[in-house]
Amino acid sequence: MAELTMIEAIRTALSRAMEEDPDVIIFGEDVGIDGGVFRATDGLFQHFGSSRVRDTPLSEALIAGMAVGAAAHGLRPVAEIQFSGFIYPTLDQLANHASRLRNRTRGRLTCPMVLRAPYGGGIKAPEHHSESIEAMLAHIPGLRVVIPSTPARAYGLLLAAIRDPDPVVFLEPKRLYRSTSEAVEDTGEALPLDKAFVLQEGTDLTIVAWGAMIKGATEATLQLAESGISVDLIDLATLKPIDRATIRASVEKTGRCVIVHEAPLTAGLGAEISADLAEHCLTSLLAPIKRVAGYDTVMPYLRLEAHYMPDTAHIIDAARNVMEFS
Amino acid sequence: MPTRSAGFQINCSAFLDAVGKPIGDLPKFARNKDILVALYSAMVKTRTFDSKAIALQRTGQLGTYASSLGQEAIGVGVASAMTDDDVFVPSFREHGAQLWRGVSLEELFLYWGGDERGNDFAKSRQDFPVCIPVASQFPHAAGVALAKVQKGDPGAAVVVAGDGATSKGDFYEAMNVVGAWNLPVVFVINNNQWAISVPREGQTAAKTLAQKAIACGIPGEQVDGNDVIAVQAIISRALTRARAGKGGMLIECLSYRLGDHTTADDASRYREDAEVSAHWQLEPLIRLRNHLVATHGWTKEDEQLLLRTCKKEVEAATDTYLATAPEPARAMFDTLFAKAPADVAALFEEVGNG
Repeated sequence: MAELTMIEAIRTALSRAMEEDPDVIIFGEDVGIDGGVFRATDGLFQHFGSSRVRDTPLSEALIAGMAVGAAAHGLRPVAEIQFSGFIYPTLDQLANHASRLRNRTRGRLTCPMVLRAPYGGGIKAPEHHSESIEAMLAHIPGLRVVIPSTPARAYGLLLAAIRDPDPVVFLEPKRLYRSTSEAVEDTGEALPLDKAFVLQEGTDLTIVAWGAMIKGATEATLQLAESGISVDLIDLATLKPIDRATIRASVEKTGRCVIVHEAPLTAGLGAEISADLAEHCLTSLLAPIKRVAGYDTVMPYLRLEAHYMPDTAHIIDAARNVMEFS
Repeated sequence: MPTRSAGFQINCSAFLDAVGKPIGDLPKFARNKDILVALYSAMVKTRTFDSKAIALQRTGQLGTYASSLGQEAIGVGVASAMTDDDVFVPSFREHGAQLWRGVSLEELFLYWGGDERGNDFAKSRQDFPVCIPVASQFPHAAGVALAKVQKGDPGAAVVVAGDGATSKGDFYEAMNVVGAWNLPVVFVINNNQWAISVPREGQTAAKTLAQKAIACGIPGEQVDGNDVIAVQAIISRALTRARAGKGGMLIECLSYRLGDHTTADDASRYREDAEVSAHWQLEPLIRLRNHLVATHGWTKEDEQLLLRTCKKEVEAATDTYLATAPEPARAMFDTLFAKAPADVAALFEEVGNG
């Protein structure tokens, strides 16, 4: 079985989806002969040709809107926005059209499109290249938002996103693109959307995280185990719709919860998960829910970036704090 | 310094003058009485629908409505040049085009009455519903055309928007890719001179809107948008080009918004009555009727019969619309996704079936 990095797993999934369905096409900026700035589409132009792997003009609003039109008329576009910091011009199309087309035509026209974008910080990128924007996307009804945390999950979730009959925004933590590799078999098997992954079962504390934060959360889980704290570790993976049942079941078991996200704290998805637990699991809670998140500030440029990113130490602190409460 | 000029010119075509007199030879289709009567009838039906829609809104029986008064020749001219292979991507003011394409009066009333079932057209199921956020439909047309090229499907996308829409980036971005990729898209601008309260001159210093195509490497032309013959002729020409793989084209239809922007607007706040009155002399129905009378023996009786027929149709559709019960509350979730995820399914329970 091949050892793949996340970027290789994404490329493998794209290639697989294109092989199995001639309606799958890729377009975006520099995705053609250049293979994308992170090489997610490397070699696809050469293999599938210039009509199925298309370099668009530098035109983000168009990329999203053209995907809507193409998806409504029989294609399955996988459009790339070069960095999540440049995703804002697409919000009009995502919020006003992609997410609403099925509903506003009562199912007559649909929008099976995927908008991919490298996401998050941690690679010392230029300004406007490192933001975590999942919460504003997750606030749009009718849209799915997915963030993988490993090569295998990136492969399976991207296949699922492409095959899904509704629009999906697929945010790829670029810090993880090449940081690790793991065995990924190109079986064509998709992973379920709308389903969180329980990475480790434990009894004392639930940690919910996603994307690049899974790395720190996993490390924290191991260190906490050494001091006898048993963690139920959940990779949320699909951020909208949230798999509330899995989180609730875990917290009903452990009575404690730490939520970790790279995005700023206020109105982040941690707030939604906290509120859901407060509404549905109050009698199971043994301690206050704790959020470990990015600061409420502009994403710092590369020299201060490390100070912004939640890391293993922050997660362990929060976990100990919760455990000490009761 | 020696220089070379890239020079361009923007042509403006017309076949009938304001009183319906032909300007030179008419195209072949416009010498056929049946075709002209069909175009005229469609415009009259559109206007009859329009008055009824406004009356219904004024009496609390319809939502906010955008009138197409005075611009009927654009919708009818555009749609009558299209075939079933083409895809219509409309703004919110092209009721005449939608009706010609087979969208029913009942569906239009339902939609403007606030019921999404009005967008689930029984005919022309490939067409987009009206687009409310101005200009955001342009990229959809590029996407539709891309799908056609990719799948080898015949036909083209025809997208319509108002003059204000040409100030938006979406317009340029879509036209730019249509030029770069040679996609079959016909861009139609209903230049009714007003974007709510901002006049055409306030939108751009460009002398014409059609010339904006030049920057994208596709042809742009103007047409008298109150002359249905000219509109049909030029859209046919643009579609023939597009279908033959010769790419996109921009057509600016010169017209005038005789009514308010919508029923929520009061145009007397920002424009003079005299300007509106002057434009009533140029409106599209009179000139075609004059031409039919002068050339094809259209009689008062023909006219009365047509008005009665349109009124009857519109009244019948109104009755059907008013008798249509709203959907149950859960309909707001039913088609949000192909298959409702757990948290959406939970909402079904919450609102019940009431």
